[in-house]
Amino acid sequence: MRRSVPVLLWVPAALALALVVLPVIGLVARSDLGRLPELVTSPTALEALWLSVRTGAAATLLSLLFGGPLAVVLARGRLPGLRLLRAIVLLPLVLPPVVGGLALLYLLGRNGFGGQVLAVFGVRLPFTTAAVIIAQTFVAMPFLVIGLEGALRTAGERYEAVAATLGAAPWTVFRRVTVPLLLPSLGSSLVLAFARSLGEFGATITFAGNLEGTTQTLPLLVYVQSQSDVDAAVAVSLLLVVLAVVVIAVARPRSIEGRL
Amino acid sequence: MTLDLDITVRRDSFALSLELSVAAGEVVAVLGRNGAGKSTLLSALAGLLRPDSGRITLAGRVLTDASTGVHVPPHRRGIGLLAQDPLLFPHMTVAANVAFGPRSRGISRTDSAALVTRLLSDVDAAEFAARRPGQLSGGQAQRVAVARALASEPELLLLDEPFAALDVDAAPALRAMLRRVLRDSGRTALLVTHDPLDALVLADRVVVLSGGEIVEQGETRAVLSRPRTAFTARIAGLDLVSGVFGPSGLVVGDFVISGHVPAPIDEGTLAVAVFAPSAVAVHVSPPAGSPRNVFGAVVGGLEPHGDLIRLRVARSVDGPSWVEGLAADLTAAAVADLGLEPGVRVWLAVKAAEVALHPVAGGS
Repeated sequence: MRRSVPVLLWVPAALALALVVLPVIGLVARSDLGRLPELVTSPTALEALWLSVRTGAAATLLSLLFGGPLAVVLARGRLPGLRLLRAIVLLPLVLPPVVGGLALLYLLGRNGFGGQVLAVFGVRLPFTTAAVIIAQTFVAMPFLVIGLEGALRTAGERYEAVAATLGAAPWTVFRRVTVPLLLPSLGSSLVLAFARSLGEFGATITFAGNLEGTTQTLPLLVYVQSQSDVDAAVAVSLLLVVLAVVVIAVARPRSIEGRL
Repeated sequence: MTLDLDITVRRDSFALSLELSVAAGEVVAVLGRNGAGKSTLLSALAGLLRPDSGRITLAGRVLTDASTGVHVPPHRRGIGLLAQDPLLFPHMTVAANVAFGPRSRGISRTDSAALVTRLLSDVDAAEFAARRPGQLSGGQAQRVAVARALASEPELLLLDEPFAALDVDAAPALRAMLRRVLRDSGRTALLVTHDPLDALVLADRVVVLSGGEIVEQGETRAVLSRPRTAFTARIAGLDLVSGVFGPSGLVVGDFVISGHVPAPIDEGTLAVAVFAPSAVAVHVSPPAGSPRNVFGAVVGGLEPHGDLIRLRVARSVDGPSWVEGLAADLTAAAVADLGLEPGVRVWLAVKAAEVALHPVAGGS
């Protein structure tokens, strides 16, 4: 039997939903549908879209390669100070992205100590596409780490302990038990990280700048165009909305659907 | 001896200290209630926990030695574990689950496939080979878990309450299957359980654990039918009263308990009276006809026990103190007819023919 929801909750719930849905409707209402195809397929928009997808994918991959192992260490490691580490990993989630971008700039910029080390090898990061990817990884990786860590904790170590008593070495256990059991939640964590990368603005503009074709991703383009050509800004915004809906529909992350 | 263990583990409010040996091919049961230290013992054996002091050797290999810091990791111990929950890997078929151990040890695909087929038919689970664990019942999954544990050919198999999570209907068949498989394969096994039936069916020898220490050990049937401590008697589901053996029976304070004496007992030595809870008659007024063994008490608690109700008594204000914790099995109808509920005064009567008197080892 389904329990009924108290009527009192319906009003704020409806308002909350309106807050999410109405702005999108406003965007559609404001758009010039006649010029939409032309605006969305303009070379600048397409270039920004392609850059966004490429950098977003790269940032997601980096998040997986580094954030995945970090999640395993945080969930399974027995180190002193692990709780503190866990809190630090959440920092980019709480920090305003602009601050993150500034921090990256003063670490990896020309005058930062990381930047000076890189300069020895002839590498300059700020205002390059690589900087966009680093900024996106910075903000997106925590989503993947907490998603995977939560899944690892929920799954518990019992299967892994059994695998060890069956004679499997730690790497075999990781490969044949831990990873396969994580796959479902890995999907949703990857989608979240990718979506966050696509939407990244603050850290990107401070650390990577706003150079057309190199660092101007879709959100940056929307910002620039909103100052000059509002119709174009609205059109590109709609493009981002569609992209977000497609990501959710295709991947249907379970954490978003609340079926964890 | 195949397994030799002498360890101490200390935790905040708990200490486990025990010495135990299991011979090759022997099945030993560790019997104890929750919190007795059973899971700590298993964790120490499986290598999931380091004891504070002591040594564990298996087939001549030192697995743990706290004094030299030796601690062989779980996957190199040759110790298999069958837990109460089958824990089959949900993303693999039944056959792949059973093949997991052999494949991890580098046995070829062909050889492990042959082993899987043989083991699955040993546990009557051959027809499930291609299924996923999610499609099996609890009993079927536990059969497969037995096959999987045997497939990695452990030198020692740990059985952790292997039937506790099963339906009452599924447990006896699985118990019988496990007995057959253990006997046929000549496995050395350590069974940890709170159910004396598991120990009776599977184990050659039983070790009774309480508060982190061994309180009694010996051949399974001897220990369970002639428990020497009240704790073992309770856990074995038997009533036990300690006293001194006298000319007309067991002297316990002002009482004399009559019973039969299966083996001669010297007068004046410590002895115990043992009887089954089903042999105890419960009365709400002193019984007429004065049967010899009658003890006054009050109802302490009632709990379901199979089809029956097990009544535990507490001492009454003017009655003997040693009745505390004795059990009597009654039908639900009898409990209702007599109006039994905690605090009600009762008299327990046991026929002398139902009481066995046993000497206590060492007489002390």
